[in-house]
Parts: sequence; structure tokens; C-alpha cells
Amino acid sequence: MNINRRQALTLSAGAALFAVTGMSAGSARADAAAVDKAMMEITGGATPEEGKLTLNAPEIAENGNTVPIGVSVDSAMEGDDIVESITIFAEGNPEPSVITFNFTPMSGEATASTRMRLAKTQNVVALAKMKDGKTYMAKSEVKVTIGGCGG
Amino acid sequence: MITRRDFMQFGSVAALTAGMASGFAGNLTRALAQQKLTQDDLLKFDSKGQVTLLHFTDVHAQLKPVYFRPPDTNIGVGAYEGIPPHLVGEAFLKYFGIEPGTPTAYAHTMVDYVNLARTYGKLGGLDRTATLVKAIRAERGEDKVLFLDGGDTWQGSYTSLKTNGQDMVDCMKLLKPDAMVGHWEFTFGADRVLEIVENMGYSFLASNIFDNEWDEPVFESTAFFEKGGVKVAVIGQAMPYTPIANPNWMFPNWSFGIRPEALQANVDKAREEGAEVVVLLSHDGFDVDQKLATVVNGIDVILTGHTHDSIPRAIEINNTILLSSGSHGKYLGRVDLEVKDGKVVGYSSNMIPVFADVITPDPEMAAKIDEVRAPYEEECNRVIGKTEQLLYRRGNFNGTWDDVICQGLIEERDAEISLSPGFRWGTTLLPGQDITIDDLYTQTSMNYPSVYRLEFTGAQLKDILEDVCDNLFNKDPFYQQGGDMVRVGGMAYACAPKEEIGNRISDMTLLSTGEPIDPGRSYVVAGWASVNENVEGPPVYDLMENFISKKGTIEMPANETVKIKGY
Repeated sequence: MNINRRQALTLSAGAALFAVTGMSAGSARADAAAVDKAMMEITGGATPEEGKLTLNAPEIAENGNTVPIGVSVDSAMEGDDIVESITIFAEGNPEPSVITFNFTPMSGEATASTRMRLAKTQNVVALAKMKDGKTYMAKSEVKVTIGGCGG
Repeated sequence: MITRRDFMQFGSVAALTAGMASGFAGNLTRALAQQKLTQDDLLKFDSKGQVTLLHFTDVHAQLKPVYFRPPDTNIGVGAYEGIPPHLVGEAFLKYFGIEPGTPTAYAHTMVDYVNLARTYGKLGGLDRTATLVKAIRAERGEDKVLFLDGGDTWQGSYTSLKTNGQDMVDCMKLLKPDAMVGHWEFTFGADRVLEIVENMGYSFLASNIFDNEWDEPVFESTAFFEKGGVKVAVIGQAMPYTPIANPNWMFPNWSFGIRPEALQANVDKAREEGAEVVVLLSHDGFDVDQKLATVVNGIDVILTGHTHDSIPRAIEINNTILLSSGSHGKYLGRVDLEVKDGKVVGYSSNMIPVFADVITPDPEMAAKIDEVRAPYEEECNRVIGKTEQLLYRRGNFNGTWDDVICQGLIEERDAEISLSPGFRWGTTLLPGQDITIDDLYTQTSMNYPSVYRLEFTGAQLKDILEDVCDNLFNKDPFYQQGGDMVRVGGMAYACAPKEEIGNRISDMTLLSTGEPIDPGRSYVVAGWASVNENVEGPPVYDLMENFISKKGTIEMPANETVKIKGY
């Protein structure tokens, strides 16, 4: 097989063709336990509840290098109903905790968004901590594809 | 004349099947068949209420009538196994109560396809569709009819490629659509899309396209219409995974996605603004919209496209009426709505097969089609070869047209393995037909046609196959992108659709040696339609013209290289 004989061929262009970065499809999510552990440090060992917290993440990332993630908590932000913080975790991240947003009653509402890099398909987890000590969790799988053959 | 039959609750499906079909079972001559089937029969409908929705989608720039063989394999997984659109052939006929051998059976399935194609002829042609649309507008009154274009309209032919979609824009304008949505439209580039949208005179809707920088909607999400005294809101959804399935460098500032929250907000807003009927004009795909109907509340009708599925009548999911109107101009979908006190209280629906030999072409549209094709007509009709076999594309794993393309890629680029994308567009040729430039471009017309030649390791090939397979068989439709499996030449494999990503693909074998694919070895692979920028290589249509011309006559052995496991 003579690979070099065609002039039109440039391997450099092709190297990125399918961005195969050693993605191991369906690999075990080694960091799920690390995320659990980091969350427990915030909740003080209590299991967070479902609800109140909304995590907006794309089902499939358009660009794994900059994935838009939004979080919001349905809260009046006054009296006892105040969100203190929302932390976002990524199970495939070397460090499970990606970012923490801190809020005060002056924030008006507990809404924030950011962009993060996801190298491979993984769960993104958000944890909200209320002033009264309650915690809420939301989880979403974001798929990072090789892409390019649909349609 | 049109409403006289009580039994036609579901429009001409019932009529075609019960009324005239029984005599068609044998090998009647085409002339006799066409005598029995009339334009009036196709237009028969149980008209109802105040609003008529006409749905036309995924024509893929086919101005002229076509053959289009429906798939023989369309596997559904999880909750979507064994229900529409994952029924093919006899199972489809049985589910919808259609007699084999009838025009309706021919329109929707591949059962006895070649024989019935020779009997009933081609479907589609925008001039035929124009006749139907005009007739329905005349019958119902223009003030009751909404004509909605589901997208994938501008791409898919020689002339659409050469005119940057202008041929389709000019012809569609004559149909006076009320709104459209997009997918392959975006592969003409953001600037071209905006240029057309500004001048086309009707709404280009997208509830799910946002500016990357400011996260603001790029297009209007909703258009309001007053039809039959009813306020109707039409919300649009573009193909959610356009930036993944197609090159996002062509529209780098736009972000898509399913965005059910944005859609729910737009539905709620439409209701607040007084909409009595909310219609979703969608390019999500059938399964995505089946799920969407269960997570977004308040949509009365979803007119879905993208996955090219046709069903003879609407289905209901969670109080939402869902109709999927096929592709390539083969059908015109119709839903009539009866609205009372701001609520849909009754409906009737139908999928009208556009039998080209039965419907009188609309002269105005026919003249326009001739006009836009005139500069290219000679080239379009140039014969480059002939086929001795049925050539089609549609199917989950392979199609004979793709077998030819995969072989062409291997031979013309001297590769061991070839990959051809699992597109669902592309028409059909019957055995014995000439292959023209027009025919070649129904399979290959696109703005990123370069055929690359690269080395992939066996492990990388496995990853690619697993990745694409998960776009098709993920049990959650929101992770499905709507195409079929990448077509593979030079290599056999087995696929287990019901498994999870990483475990579906096995038994990969290099056909030239019969050896198992070695994860550590590099293989020379040729393929086309990469979504990456600056891909080098000849355009696939030129490469395939060379290949077909050299062969002269196409006759490929049956493709038995993909084994399906556990289904």
C-alpha cells in the first residue's frame, strides 16, 4: 500500500478529521466517586434532595472545549429561602469541582452560567446549598461525540 | 365531491386501500393502474373544522418526480421498538391496515418495490405538489390553509449546488409557504442563509438557535396566523444537532440543541398572546419529537421532518397530534383541525402520495422549474453510466447506492476501507435505468464534498463506528442525531443495536484478507463529507463520475457485510 503517492493527500489536515482523542466509548466513570466525596464535604454527609435546582446542559456538546452550562434555583432569595452557593462538578474532570457560585440576598436571584471543557462524555452535576442547610442536586449527561456522519 | 364518503375518516388512505386498491394486486399495466387512480382520489379528504395544515418537508431540492425506495431496515430501541417509524415492509402495512400491492403500499414501503415502481411510476415533482396545494386552497379557502415547509429544502441536487439553493428558493416562493425551518440550509453558510431569509417573504423559524456570544435568539421563534377565525401560532425547530452532524465552521456563531425549556417558554408565550392552536414545525426527527411531545406541554400539532419517515396518518402522543411527511417531495401531509373555545376538539389527517403520472402539473410551477433548470438541463441529463440493479440509499446500515460509492472510494483513492456518511437523502434508480449527472448529485450534492485519504488504527475505526452507532441507537431519542449508520466498504462488522455505546460493534474484519481488524494496526481509509475545515481531496461527485464512467454498467454483489445481533 503506497500511501504517499497521491499529491492531494495531506495527513495534517486529516489528523483532526475525526477528533479521536483516545476516547474510550462507554468507559467507567472513574471520578463519580470523587464527585460524591466532594459533594458530601459540602452537604456534611447528608444526601441532597432532587428538585428546586435546574441544570441546563446540552445533551450533546457542540464543542467539547466550551460547553455552556447554566444553573438556577427556584428561590425567593429572602428570609430563610436563600441560596448560599451552587457548585458544578464534572465526573471526567481531573479535579471533580469545576466552579462554585456564591450568592447573597443582594444577588436577587440564584442564576448563573459558565462554559467548561469536557474532554469526553460524562455526567455534569450541580449542587445547591441553602441558608437553612438543605442541599439540592441535579445531574445531566453531556455527550462529547467524534461526530460528523449524521444527517 | 370531496367529503362524500363517511368511511374516509383518515382521508385517502382508507380510500386508496379499500376503494380502488384491490384490483391492483397483480401485474396490471401501468396505463390501467393510472386510469384507476385519479387526482380527485388523491385529494379526497374528510375536511374538518376551521384550519387546514399542509406539511411538506425534506424535499432535498428534488424539483422533478423521483423514485424513492423506503427502507427495509429501520430499527427502534428502548421504548421506541416496534412502533412507527420503526416499522418497515409488511409490518408497516399491517400496522396501518394497508393492502399489499396498492398505491399506498408502494408509497410507504419497499415491498415488491421494483414491480410496483414500474406500475405506479414516480412520485413527487414540485409542479405536482403545486397542483395539490392550489386545489386544497381552492376547496378550503385560502383563509383556512397554512402551508408549512419543514426544511431540507435547498440542498440535494445538481442545480441547487450550482445556484446556491436559489433554484429552490424561486420555486418554493410560488407555493407561498407561511413558514419554514432549516437544517441542510445552514450548509450554504450563515451569510447565504440570512441573505435568502431576508428576501424570501415568509418566516424562517427557529426556537432553538442562539447566538454563541450573547445567547440571544438568531431567528424569530414563532409566527402567528389568523386562519378560519382561529389564532394559530407556529413555532419552528431547526435540526438540533446541525453543528455536530454538519460543519459548524459554516455557521460558527450559532448554537443549536433541542432546548425543551426554550420551546416550553415559547409555547407558553404563544398561549399568553392568545394562540388557540400551537403548531410545532420541526426538523427534530420522529423519535426526538415523540419524546418532546411528552416533556413539553401545550403543543397541539407537531409536523416533524428530518428522519424522512412517512406515516399514512397522524398519531397521537400525550394529546399532541404528530405527523411525519416523508421526503423528496413524495408526499403532502394534511391535518384539518376543529377548534372550539380555544381548544382543538377534532381533527382528521392524511398523507397524500404525490403520484406524478396521475396529477396534472401546475403550469406556472412547471414553467418555473424549466426556467431554473434551463442553464443546466443538458449537463443534468448527461448519461455517465447504467445500472443493472436497483440503486437506493435509505436503510439503517447500507444501501446499494452507498455500496457503489464505497467501492468507488476504495478504487479511486486506493484505500483498504471506505466510509460513506449515513445520509437519508438520495433517490432511487430502477434496474436498467441510465445514471445521469442529476442522479449522481441526488446522492452527493453538498458544499463539503472532499474525499479524504487517511490512516486510522483499528481502535480508531471501532471508536468511530461506536460513536456513529450511538447517534442512531441511543435509547434516549434526545441523543439521536437522525442519520443512519455510516456505510463501510472493505470491512465487515457486526452490530448489536440494543447494547450500549462501546459494546455494539464487534467482529470487525478486513474483507481483502479475511483477517480480524487489529486495534493497533493502521488502515488506509477513504471517506467524504468530513465536518472538519480544510479537508483535502477531490470532490466526491467528480470521483464518482470517474468511477461510474469507467465501469459503464453498475452491478454489485449483494452487501452482506453487516450482521445485526440481538434484534
